[in-house]
Amino acid sequence: MPTTRRREVLQLRSDGDVVRARQAVRSMCVELGFSLVDLTKMVTAASELARNTLIHGRGGTVTIESLEDGAKRGVRMTFEDEGPGIPDIARALQDGFTTGNGMGLGLGGSRRLVNEFEIQSNAGTGTRVIAIRWR
Amino acid sequence: MGEFLLVTIQVDMHDQLALTLQDDLTAQITKTGARGVLIDISSLEMVDSFIGRMIASIAGMARILDAYTVVVGMQPAVAITLVELGLSLPGVRTALNVDRGMKLLVTLRGESIEEDDADNAEA
Repeated sequence: MPTTRRREVLQLRSDGDVVRARQAVRSMCVELGFSLVDLTKMVTAASELARNTLIHGRGGTVTIESLEDGAKRGVRMTFEDEGPGIPDIARALQDGFTTGNGMGLGLGGSRRLVNEFEIQSNAGTGTRVIAIRWR
Repeated sequence: MGEFLLVTIQVDMHDQLALTLQDDLTAQITKTGARGVLIDISSLEMVDSFIGRMIASIAGMARILDAYTVVVGMQPAVAITLVELGLSLPGVRTALNVDRGMKLLVTLRGESIEEDDADNAEA
């Protein structure tokens, strides 16, 4: 089990919060010595998932953690909302599936940009998306 | 820049700002009668699906307004991430830097003049 060395919780209530979430993820990745490509993938996934929380989840929070697991170092992002939930997760992960006005790449695309990805969602109680990328 | 508009994106844009840029740019194409738009994204550290869509729709709108769009200066890490994300930027032409982008716009402009001439010859 990885241990958390540092934790930061940010609100996701506006466009500006999405930018702040990207920047917080970026600085944690820089701190851990991520390569530029790995960092760019993680920041892009952060942007997609934060926007999902804001638009589909009607706002929520993101918890950004710096992880240590033996010699491994990584960043975990946990997006939580109390929105309507995702009725069909498999379908939501398909490229091109969209309920909003985006391109439908948010969930499926973000999953490809990280090493570990998990969605927990129940209709009516909200959604939690967990994404980890190791250095 | 003569008949071309040059746009340099230098900040980490929030979504509303990206939409404003899209509106401003299409308004400027109409106002100036520009035949090409060069978008320099070399300062952008990330292009997600929202910004990608904004760039693709600028290109689409510009085309309807008789202007070509060329995106230049994409950082390698951003290009790698875009492909993995699954974004293909349909209808968007790219060039490595501003210099090559301008040359591409001049070429595209030249081709469209030839097409016009050919149309006129047929008529």
